[in-house]
Amino acid sequence: MSDSEASNGKGKLALYWAASCGGCDINTLGINEKILDVAAAFDIVLWPVAVDAKVRSIEKMPDKNIDLCLFNGAIRTSEQEYMARLLRQKSKVLVAFGSCAYEGGIPALANMNSREEIFQTAYHDTPSTDNPQGTRPQTETEVPEGTLYLPFFYDTVKTLDQCVAVEYYLPGCPPEPERIWDAIVAILENKLPPPGSVIGAITTVCDECPRTRTEKKIKEFKRTWEIIPDPEICLLEQGIVCCGIATRAGCGANCPTVGSPCIGCYGPNEGVEDFGSRMMSALASVIDSEDPQEIDRIIREGIPDPIGSFYRFSLAHSLLRRKVLIHDGKGVTV
Amino acid sequence: MSNNDFEPRIVGFFCNWCSYRAADLAGTARIKYQPNVRIIRVMCSGRVDPTFVLKALALGADGVLIAGCHPGECHYLEQNYKAMRRYAMLKHTLRFFGVEEERIRLQWASAAEGVQLAQAINEMVDQVRQLGPLNWPAQWAENGRIEAAIERPAEEHAEAMEVPA
Repeated sequence: MSDSEASNGKGKLALYWAASCGGCDINTLGINEKILDVAAAFDIVLWPVAVDAKVRSIEKMPDKNIDLCLFNGAIRTSEQEYMARLLRQKSKVLVAFGSCAYEGGIPALANMNSREEIFQTAYHDTPSTDNPQGTRPQTETEVPEGTLYLPFFYDTVKTLDQCVAVEYYLPGCPPEPERIWDAIVAILENKLPPPGSVIGAITTVCDECPRTRTEKKIKEFKRTWEIIPDPEICLLEQGIVCCGIATRAGCGANCPTVGSPCIGCYGPNEGVEDFGSRMMSALASVIDSEDPQEIDRIIREGIPDPIGSFYRFSLAHSLLRRKVLIHDGKGVTV
Repeated sequence: MSNNDFEPRIVGFFCNWCSYRAADLAGTARIKYQPNVRIIRVMCSGRVDPTFVLKALALGADGVLIAGCHPGECHYLEQNYKAMRRYAMLKHTLRFFGVEEERIRLQWASAAEGVQLAQAINEMVDQVRQLGPLNWPAQWAENGRIEAAIERPAEEHAEAMEVPA
């Protein structure tokens, strides 16, 4: 037994959420009664959604005192980055849990806008906003009792591993309960892959998809509402932009099985650096035209929102990370 | 830095069978063109994965020039059509990222077209010089007192009154 283990022989487990929706926590509970096995193996020292623990008690721990930290959510404020650093310092194994921590996820689509644009929408433009004085949250406010602080809101949403070193990645939006359980078992039995690995399959969603595939030749991309897809044939062959070809397996092809295209929540397959470029490359290969004008038209009409189609979950983790912000390289001051 | 003394860094992916030889021909024929393109030889324009282009931009290139055989003349039959479609897809996507169209160019150049290739390079370098530096890595650099903001919770917690357990 190592020093860090509690006197009851249990390991210590922390779960945390940053910029996330809570779905990862829900699916952690989705392992059902096996959560009792987790509680038998670990003392849960931090889990904001389920356990009343204090950050201050984590701060007081010696370094590397937590055996396993499952961190979900992207990093979008200074407070979240503080928690990422704190939990990194206190944990032996830090797992980027779910799409947001791993790749930025849905919150990282905010990288198509700047902080200024987001504040403008949130505090001024939305129809339900009544803000005649144009009040906006300030990072520092002077009151008679002293200075009050709010976290700093970033222009660019970051992944967990863009802030701190991460041992493992568990993909999915949210990760399927079975995969969460597989990962916990791997950790308990010390059968983990080398650090830096994604815990999961190394094939694509297509390998799990029951639909029949023949040759892909596409004259026109279709939006999901434009056709009722044939239940047997590959969705991409029917012209629907399905990301299964580029997406890591592990979900059991839930979406394409029921006629809804894969949107890529499990992230890029092993060895792929940029999910979007894999999708661009694959889709370009199946367009059935050699005429530049026709190709342009097929792409323009069929893929009106390429960022939403190709980078829905991976924008922060992609090579370009965000929409252009400024050109002088000086960043934006607040 | 004014745009006048800005020298664009352009990464070129040139097909082994045509445009790379066109560049060679331009050299042996002593055709002058601007030295701003760093040429990488690939076996075919169809080898150019969009990842290469995005990576070049993400690492600080100001533009990317892809050059291959004319349609119908591919050494591997039809891979340059693939390049054509990928380029169209990439251009469509980069528009949404806010990257100006002139920074990405697909140029057909046979092995005999040293003059045309040199012209295309000159034209592109001039266009990118007009646009100015892209400097993509700076796009995600945050400014302001961020370090202080990140460390603040610890200070606040230290200052806060201890509540007996």
